[in-house]
Amino acid sequence: MPRTLALVGNPNVGKTAVFNALTGLSQSTGNYPGVTVDRKYGQLVLNGHRATLIDLPGAYSLAARSPDEAIVVDALLDQQEGEAPIDGLLVVLDASNIERNLYMLSQLLELEKPIVVALNMMDVAKRRGINIDAGKLSERLGVPVVPLCAHKGVGMEELRAAMSRMLAGDLTPGRAACVFSASQDEAVRSLLADLEGRKDSLGREVLPLEVFRVLMDEGGYAEKRLVRALGPEFGRFLKQCRQNARNNGSSLAAQEAKVRYAWVHEVMDYAVTRPKERPRTRSDLIDSVLTHRVLGTLFFLGLMVLVFQFIYAWAGPLMNLVDGTFAHLSEAVTTVVPEGVLRSMLVDGIIAGVGGVLIFLPQIVILSLFIALLEDCGYMARAAFLMDRLLGWCGLSGQAFIPMLSSFACGIPGILATRIVPDRRDRFTTIMVAPLMSCSARLPVYTIMIAAFIPGRRVLDGTLNVQGLTLMAMYGLGIAVAVPVAWTLKKTLFRGEKPPFILEMPSYKVPQPGTVARKVWREGSAFVRRAGTLIFAVTIIVWALAYFPHAQTITDRFDKERSQARALIAEPAQLKAALAIIDGHEAGAHLENSFLGRAGHFVQPVFAPLGWDWRIATAAMASFPAREVVVATLGTLFNLGGEVDSDSPGLRETLRNATWADDPTRPLFTIPVALSIMVFFALCCQCAATLLTIRRETRQWRWPLFTFSYMTVLAYVGALITYQVSTRLGLGG
Amino acid sequence: MRTLDQFRPRERGRVAHLHGSGVVQQRLLEMGVCDGADVEVLRFAPLGDPMEIYVRGFHLTLRKSEAALVGMED
Repeated sequence: MPRTLALVGNPNVGKTAVFNALTGLSQSTGNYPGVTVDRKYGQLVLNGHRATLIDLPGAYSLAARSPDEAIVVDALLDQQEGEAPIDGLLVVLDASNIERNLYMLSQLLELEKPIVVALNMMDVAKRRGINIDAGKLSERLGVPVVPLCAHKGVGMEELRAAMSRMLAGDLTPGRAACVFSASQDEAVRSLLADLEGRKDSLGREVLPLEVFRVLMDEGGYAEKRLVRALGPEFGRFLKQCRQNARNNGSSLAAQEAKVRYAWVHEVMDYAVTRPKERPRTRSDLIDSVLTHRVLGTLFFLGLMVLVFQFIYAWAGPLMNLVDGTFAHLSEAVTTVVPEGVLRSMLVDGIIAGVGGVLIFLPQIVILSLFIALLEDCGYMARAAFLMDRLLGWCGLSGQAFIPMLSSFACGIPGILATRIVPDRRDRFTTIMVAPLMSCSARLPVYTIMIAAFIPGRRVLDGTLNVQGLTLMAMYGLGIAVAVPVAWTLKKTLFRGEKPPFILEMPSYKVPQPGTVARKVWREGSAFVRRAGTLIFAVTIIVWALAYFPHAQTITDRFDKERSQARALIAEPAQLKAALAIIDGHEAGAHLENSFLGRAGHFVQPVFAPLGWDWRIATAAMASFPAREVVVATLGTLFNLGGEVDSDSPGLRETLRNATWADDPTRPLFTIPVALSIMVFFALCCQCAATLLTIRRETRQWRWPLFTFSYMTVLAYVGALITYQVSTRLGLGG
Repeated sequence: MRTLDQFRPRERGRVAHLHGSGVVQQRLLEMGVCDGADVEVLRFAPLGDPMEIYVRGFHLTLRKSEAALVGMED
């Protein structure tokens, strides 16, 4: 039977690199039941022994404060639902940061499971003058210690050998190394005895190590869970036990840390030599610029401008490529498939719809590439350091910056990333405002509107482009609105004191191409999957709603007009032009008579103050399940509307040439209309997947409902103000 | 007794006592900020808060309000 091993370690120790090197392409991800912490696992075959390796989330200790930290502890104690019992641990330590890394190892040794220690980043440690004698360390810890440079592949063979010994059952389990006071042992014993008596009401047995955590972590997750299950009477008993265990000394948590660090120092005195002085590293040098008062702030702002300008400039050629491919496809289908329902569905529905969405893949890839690079090189922690004070003004902590920034790629990973925010109120506030960040799915709307209607003028000696600036303004709008919203939420629904901001600043490192590529691939493929499933389905539905009932009476009426034109006009060029106009009117008449057209007309009065006609209203309505659908829907609507000039196949041109149905000389899209559409999409929560994620993370329906409602109101009001103000400023002329 | 938030950049000292309780104390402890730890203040963020320190061989950032809970030896 295959065994189960767990990969454990602090954050930023290169755990992912070790995991990738060991499991290669056999990785999979899943979810833990009840919570949504990713369960990452891969298959291992070592010396004929098969095993599953589970990559547990990074943690600094077993004192869990948040649900995702609890996953680590529960899995290690074999109490995690949906997780097989763990047969052994692979603990990754950062050799260049050995002191703090040994702290958690002292806790892991107490689990009494076989352990292999991988001493990663030996090269960095050596550069800093830290010398670790792996043999002596192994001797002292009683478990194998393998020196490693995981990203270079150095030491992987030895690691595999040590792990195959573990799988063969040749390793003795780790042993508790730290000795706590007699009064603490006594308290654990009386708690255990008490819980033994409550086994039936609890429905499970509580292990000594869990009891130890319940005792030591005041207000921690282990305590809360037990008190919730057993009631306040147990809480009072626990308080009494703590009083006895403290012995009038400092808090239990402080006593634990003191004992463990004393052990860490003993171990280090035996096996580690390091310079007395703080080594001046390359990271220090970089930080003296990047976190500098003036230079650091300028760099941060410059970086943000750069990212958005580049997304705009770089993606162009790639987007044209995608566009061209779909244009060819559409032509090919037109020549093969005879005119009728099928051709209309393929060309006007599927190809126009899915193509119109996939064209934005290059921009999404570039944006996720930037985010992955910043994450992997270590700049994200600096960004949190720079932004904490600023986010503090709306009651959030710097940690909220990372989920917020991720939300620019997609709200879903952003909301999932809020798990690193330990405080519940802070986390919920972050979740509620994260969808206000302009995610990559909004990019399509911005791009098409900007490209079609915002003049491509350059300002400031040609360095900045008005189109790029408009794009930045749209991203800025989400942030600007998020500030008062978050502030209000923290003052009302989520009142409470500010959560802590105690964060490791990892050393800068050169981003690992493999890690970055995996992240970008995940974003890109998720987008394509959405285009292939949800958007595909919506496209067909919207097409069908726009095509049917396709009344024969309308076709007959225009057939009659066509034959009249043929009889009256002799000159071929003139006839062709006349027939084209008739075709356009026919398509328009069909669309207006279609189910979608009728619904659009019905709701149009609501959107009239935003400057929208029934087609824009229809497109906005159709994109509530997934906002990127709007481009596809506009494509379908305006193609079917017969306003496509055969010389200009792009949607951009089509939109530029669109006019009001009742006044063909009046252009439909003006700058105010384009702006009001962009503002509406910037502020509206048109994403069923995001709302479902909020439901999953908050475990209540009222939070997605709340998010949806407040954002829809904001979007409408925002678009209304934008249209009315910009029209009065004369931008419409 | 001075507290850590009163230190200037490049100033070094040793932790004498950790005040406070709950989450803040817990986080500081598992990051190694406990009695006897040697600490060096490196810098303050552009807006004056948070601050960055060097402790137990790595870099840590914390707010001044949290550093105010760290009593330093004289």
